[in-house]
Amino acid sequence: MSSASLANTASSGTPEYYDDLIKKFVIASAFWGLAGFLAGDLIAWQLAFPVLNMDLEWTTFGRLRPLHTSAVIFAFGGNILLGSSFYVVQRTCRASLFGGNGLGSFIFWGYQLFIVLAATGYLLGITQGKEYAEPEWYVDLWITVVWVAYLIAFGGTIVRRKEPHIYVANWFYLAFIITIAVLHLGNNASVPTVLFGGEMTKSYIVWAGVQDAMTQWWYGHNAVGFFLTAGFLGMMYYFVPKQAERPVYSYRLSVIHFWALTFLYIWAGPHHLHYTALPDWVQTLGMTFSVMLWMPSWGGMINGVMTLSGAWHKLRTDPVLRFMVASVGFYGMSTFEGPLMSIKAVNSLSHYTDWTIGHVHAGALGWNALVSFGVLYFLVPKLWNRERLYSLRLVNTHFWISTIGIVLYISSMWVSGIMQGLMWRTYDQLGFLQYSFIETVEAMHPYYIIRATGGLLFVLGAVLMIYNLWRTARGDLRNEAPIGLDSQAAAAAE
Amino acid sequence: MQAMLEKNVILLGIATLITISIGALVQLVPLYTMETTIEKVDGMRPYSPLELAGRNIYIREGCYLCHSQMIRPFRDEVERYGHYSLAAESMYDHPFQWGSKRTGPDLARVGGKYSNTWHVAHLINPRAVVPESVMPGYPFLATRPLSADKIAGDMKTLSVVGVPYTDDQIENAQADLKAQANPEMGDADAMAARYPKATMGDFDGNPAVITEMDALVSYLQLMGTLVDTTSYQTSPDGR
Repeated sequence: MSSASLANTASSGTPEYYDDLIKKFVIASAFWGLAGFLAGDLIAWQLAFPVLNMDLEWTTFGRLRPLHTSAVIFAFGGNILLGSSFYVVQRTCRASLFGGNGLGSFIFWGYQLFIVLAATGYLLGITQGKEYAEPEWYVDLWITVVWVAYLIAFGGTIVRRKEPHIYVANWFYLAFIITIAVLHLGNNASVPTVLFGGEMTKSYIVWAGVQDAMTQWWYGHNAVGFFLTAGFLGMMYYFVPKQAERPVYSYRLSVIHFWALTFLYIWAGPHHLHYTALPDWVQTLGMTFSVMLWMPSWGGMINGVMTLSGAWHKLRTDPVLRFMVASVGFYGMSTFEGPLMSIKAVNSLSHYTDWTIGHVHAGALGWNALVSFGVLYFLVPKLWNRERLYSLRLVNTHFWISTIGIVLYISSMWVSGIMQGLMWRTYDQLGFLQYSFIETVEAMHPYYIIRATGGLLFVLGAVLMIYNLWRTARGDLRNEAPIGLDSQAAAAAE
Repeated sequence: MQAMLEKNVILLGIATLITISIGALVQLVPLYTMETTIEKVDGMRPYSPLELAGRNIYIREGCYLCHSQMIRPFRDEVERYGHYSLAAESMYDHPFQWGSKRTGPDLARVGGKYSNTWHVAHLINPRAVVPESVMPGYPFLATRPLSADKIAGDMKTLSVVGVPYTDDQIENAQADLKAQANPEMGDADAMAARYPKATMGDFDGNPAVITEMDALVSYLQLMGTLVDTTSYQTSPDGR
């Protein structure tokens, strides 16, 4: 019996939605999220206390760092993107998922297999040695198959829609799916050594040196632009209006936002290669477009935040909406910081330092993770047919714990990054370099502890969320006073 | 226009594909066609089999996540690390290893700056030689025999993607690997002729076994030494 019959069939005009599939993505996202945050916090502590590397090959920073980045981007982020896109596309098209449970299950389990293959490879030292594109050729081929299936399921559902227009969230999801496919194929073009009598699990990228560098950061920056931005904007354009119960602020702005973002983002890659052996003309182009990118980014932020017009009071009583709105705020902050850091003069200081790491986490923790938490809190009561979440007060606690964690993280990395950049270029009165490299490493120690503590708070918040979601799915309701009642009562008394 | 695109998913997909292709084409294609992208320099050669095996270990252990191989043309960087890096110096690097973070120092010109003994001690326990270091220890490299019986396959693959390995070099891969790690055991002169400027010798102080440590140190000792940067002239337009 198809599980679709168990799904939302409230009114006779509504098609059957494959929601059991989305439950799986939700569980996978929460699971991999916690795993990825834990791996990240462990390597953060390793930088403060290197003894935690344990001198074993499987536990060194160099092998665990790709495990962390892939787990949070592709496993946590990927599962919430795939799951939420299936939720959104079915509802906004009023159509059931193309390919049904068969194709959907293949995509789900195929995607989890990709994660496991990639992760086990990292621990064993199987890597292409390209940041955020570490999986070797056999994993790359497998994910290509799964991704094509994903495009078919998503696009096919849009084709069979009953709405005349394709909703804006789906434009962003579609751009994410298509662009990631192009980037993946371009950046991972490689020849397996086994074809010429070499090892089974090794390949060589066809690009070399400066061209490989440009290809890598064309990929790397647009993994940010289309995986972590376009896809998550798709989430914003559906779930923020839903949770706020208000329409998107401006349709016209969303059209400009979409096309400007899609066109401009792809040019920004060279800002990862300022002052390197990459020709100057490419660096200048990359910087120019990165600065221009500020505008559509803030256009999107404004569209998201202003959707709350007339519903601002809900922020006081609804911590789920607060997660979403705070995430858009962090999106605005990091898309202002990004163009700033892409200016060559600023980049000469920030590049190679922890400032970059702080910037990435302002976006990844503040924007991607917070909006994902909001969406998870939105989806679980709906998918498991519960009247509400187990505890909104716990959501509130999660919100503040993770926000404090993020602030500790990014402010410690600002200080350590800028300090490190300045120390590297400081001269003494006699014209010699003032600091040896190791003195700059030593100076990082307190900030590495602060950063890892912030990360620990973020992990704790995720544990609270998983507990809350689990109790919600079980159907439990915590007996608690509603949030914001005190302040509302006070306002009424005035 | 928008009204049409948002009613047809195929057109919307194609329009998106075109929109994202423009920037990619403008930035990527000329890098392959413009001759000025990579400087004309003397001295670049493909990695020897032992150096290549060492580079594979460098990639396997994720060294690029904390060490850059790209010196920028700033006074402080040139004084700290040496002449700024040239595009030509990574022209045979599949993939490039410029890195994006300096948790540890740049390694683009680390070759010849420290002794083999220092590298071995440092890799086994970084804090034995640099007490404040936060680098992981890699003691297992010193004890594990190098598994490189298929290194000729790696060289053949690299020649397919454009590295100019000769048939002679590929045929003699095993002999050259042994000769570089232990010159008394092989034809050191032939090896040196095939790979000019290669550092030869027992890198890890254990002549009985060719270990992963031998390979990695041979790679580290080569880095940045091939091109004579004192003879390099910048072009009039600055690059």
